[in-house]
Amino acid sequence: MTVLSATPLAAIDYPALARRSRRRDLAFAVGGIIVMLVAMAMLASLVIDLAADGLPRLSWDFLTSFPSRRPARAGILSAWVGTSLVMLVTAVIAVPLGIAAAVYLEEYAPRNWLSDVIEINVTNLAGVPSIIYGLLALGLFVYGLGLGETILTAGLVLALLILPVIIVATREALRSIPQEVREAAAGLGADRWQTVRMFLIPAARPGILTGTIVGLSRAIGETAPVITIGALTFIAFLPQSPIGPEFPFLNFHWLMEPFTVLPIQMFNWISRPQVAFHANAAAAGIVLIAMTLLMNGLAIFVRYHARRALR
Amino acid sequence: MFGGEPGPNGEGDDVLHSPLKVKSVCLPDPATVAPPAVEPAAEPVVRARVRGLDFWYGDFHALKHIDLTVPERAITALIGPSGCGKSTFIRCFNRMHDLYPGNRYGGEVVLYPEGVNIVGAEVDPLIVRLRIGMVFQKPNPFAKSVYENVAAGLRIRGIRRRGALDERVERALHQAALWDEVKDRLGASAYDLSGGQQQRLCIARALATEPEILLLDEPTSALDPIATAKIEDLLGALVEDVTIVVVTHNMQQAARVSQRTAVFHLGEVVEEGDTEQIFTNPHDERTEQYITGRFG
Amino acid sequence: MTAHSTRLAPPPGISPGFLARRRLVGLAARAILFVAASASVFVTASIVYVLLSESLDFFRTVPIVDFLTDTEWTPVFARPHFGILPLLSGTVTVAAIALLVAIPLGTMLAIYLSEFAPTKVRETVKPALELLEGVPTVVYGYFALLFVTPLLQRFIPGLATFNMLAPGMVMGIMILPYVVSVSEDAMRAVPKALREGAYALGANRLQAAFRVIVPSALSGITAAYVLGMSRAVGETMVVAIAAGQNPNLTFNPLHGAATITAYIVQISLGDLPYGSLAYQTIFAAGLTLFVLTLAFNVAGFALRRRFREAY
Repeated sequence: MTVLSATPLAAIDYPALARRSRRRDLAFAVGGIIVMLVAMAMLASLVIDLAADGLPRLSWDFLTSFPSRRPARAGILSAWVGTSLVMLVTAVIAVPLGIAAAVYLEEYAPRNWLSDVIEINVTNLAGVPSIIYGLLALGLFVYGLGLGETILTAGLVLALLILPVIIVATREALRSIPQEVREAAAGLGADRWQTVRMFLIPAARPGILTGTIVGLSRAIGETAPVITIGALTFIAFLPQSPIGPEFPFLNFHWLMEPFTVLPIQMFNWISRPQVAFHANAAAAGIVLIAMTLLMNGLAIFVRYHARRALR
Repeated sequence: MFGGEPGPNGEGDDVLHSPLKVKSVCLPDPATVAPPAVEPAAEPVVRARVRGLDFWYGDFHALKHIDLTVPERAITALIGPSGCGKSTFIRCFNRMHDLYPGNRYGGEVVLYPEGVNIVGAEVDPLIVRLRIGMVFQKPNPFAKSVYENVAAGLRIRGIRRRGALDERVERALHQAALWDEVKDRLGASAYDLSGGQQQRLCIARALATEPEILLLDEPTSALDPIATAKIEDLLGALVEDVTIVVVTHNMQQAARVSQRTAVFHLGEVVEEGDTEQIFTNPHDERTEQYITGRFG
Repeated sequence: MTAHSTRLAPPPGISPGFLARRRLVGLAARAILFVAASASVFVTASIVYVLLSESLDFFRTVPIVDFLTDTEWTPVFARPHFGILPLLSGTVTVAAIALLVAIPLGTMLAIYLSEFAPTKVRETVKPALELLEGVPTVVYGYFALLFVTPLLQRFIPGLATFNMLAPGMVMGIMILPYVVSVSEDAMRAVPKALREGAYALGANRLQAAFRVIVPSALSGITAAYVLGMSRAVGETMVVAIAAGQNPNLTFNPLHGAATITAYIVQISLGDLPYGSLAYQTIFAAGLTLFVLTLAFNVAGFALRRRFREAY
């Protein structure tokens, strides 16, 4: 304590000490609040700046036009269609893969070195910079497997990127299922796969859903890996529609086509010297943030709804 | 003991069983004691015989050389102070310990009429659990509807046809004395039921699979007295079709409900025999001390 | 009556073959789940393979000594130089600025949230911080270039349009939530007994925080810093947009520079023939980045684990 000195304890002015002590606490608390306000102010100024620059540009035309050399005519149609299609591929790949990996790690893996290696791997991959994933995809998918600079490749790389998010969320959800559920299932004669399939995964659904939404909201904003695999920044066309006029009515040509995504479109516009394009970039940024906020809100809603349904 | 017979003090089939009833049973008075539910003339058929059962949790020797008989279509109660191995023992019957690493069985639990030792290494624990059902201490219905809870065991056995499921679910709910209370809300969440109803639901869930032995691990310790009484009555009715083994920390419950009792102490069976004899004329000093409440 | 057979037959109600089918399905499920879990190992292995194989090719032409010591990075010039130091200086400078912002603010906020703030405040601030984390990095880049830089230029006349100060500060705000959450977790994990012991001795909150809690949580807090550093080093879009793409061996934040990540983006945006030396440079740069972040991650996780084990 601060009062150790030649002063005998009895001679200390305790009331004054207590007052000073409380003042210091208050000072720090005020400091903490100031930091909080600074952080909030940054967030607010970011949003306000974006809104100020971009809202005027936001219009139905903006959402439904292709990019153009003339800033006033440029729009994000190809960008948000591209984002949606890429997110579809990402979800289709990452969710089953992530759930399966998490189920194995949580319910099947024996306590041996191999399981440890796998776990360390997942943790490590969560910390690898996203651009490295881009390099992986470039070497392995674009050239190695010859998949080219396509929607499929983008979906693959983003799926790998958010895989750790889904695995961790699913594991947490499984871990929070009380042991008595497993014992009840076992008591009825279920084997491990039946227990997982019929009882555990249904119970873990809210957590898995939340994790998926959070992962996808991250993937939407990822630019670096998608640039690296070669997504072009000026795409003035839409991929071929998956619904065709003849049997089997559904085709997958769109997977192998070039594309762009929202964050790349925004990046492209920022990089242009003309100020008018910056307004477009801001508008695209608003759409991007709106999508991210929507998804995070959805995740919170799912979490809340699940907690209420559980009794 | 239970059922419609009036007790020695004139109480009828009341919901609350006064502890006085037990004391009066303990006093030797053959003229007023109700006759046992099982026919005493024939030698009771044995459903399972435990011989020299040992069990280790890792290095801890939890069950020591247990010998015990489980008669067919009777209720066998396992009593004893807490922590003495009753739950550990009953979980050997359906190989629950196999779910966790580091456990080891020794000795035999022989299931009749085949005469197979179900804790033997060559027996598949899954098959044991397909034949022997369990109800746990705290009601643990699945987060599903009432119907799906009861149907769970059937689906696990590959029964999928709606007609077959409907029939068996209804039968099980009748057996568990729950049908009338839930027949209009089979699709409701199991969590909407009260604690006592949830436990009866768990019993129905186990019964739907037509087990040869029904194990109950302190089924009423988490319930209020009214729900407890309902379940005790239920067990009395069930025993005509199912062999029942019940762990209970409540001696009076054992005395009320069972035909056979085994007294556990520190991982051993101290005494085993007809319930009446255990409570009125215990052979072992430890049994007497436990029954008269000297320790517990 | 002794046991005369050792296998138990299934109950009569089970249809024949059901058990065998169930067993097969269970085995197949287990195998598939194992493959899914091993996917993470496969991803790491692929990353290492792709980075190494292209880099090894690169180092056949460019001696590794040159790579590590040359002070110029001009791979596409007629007389190319391949020294990584300019890229490293850019990366390190921006990251250092980010940490200079995130560490003091983040620690103070973490201490405030963990030891001072009432629950209501904590419950409002934490989601707000999560929002900060959810903003896509392109948007932060926009903010850094078109809001922060002009703002700073009013106070610092010598600030170039592309500089390292603005993206560094913005990156600091970006990693702030992460530093706060890891530090706060560490501090909350300190056992109540220690905290109460300090209070019992008459400490005020400030003294308890700095003399008891922070020292106990030190390895966890340091882990937050190290992991935050790893994030700052791996960040791409903020620097690609606001720091410029001109490799420049300097630590002066007022000037622009290229980071490793910005360089990779720059090359990916261009048209580089597959297999050319310039193409391989991004893998060599990527390998350097991977090794750097790996070192930070390993250190961070080791610190975190040591902290957890202590309690």
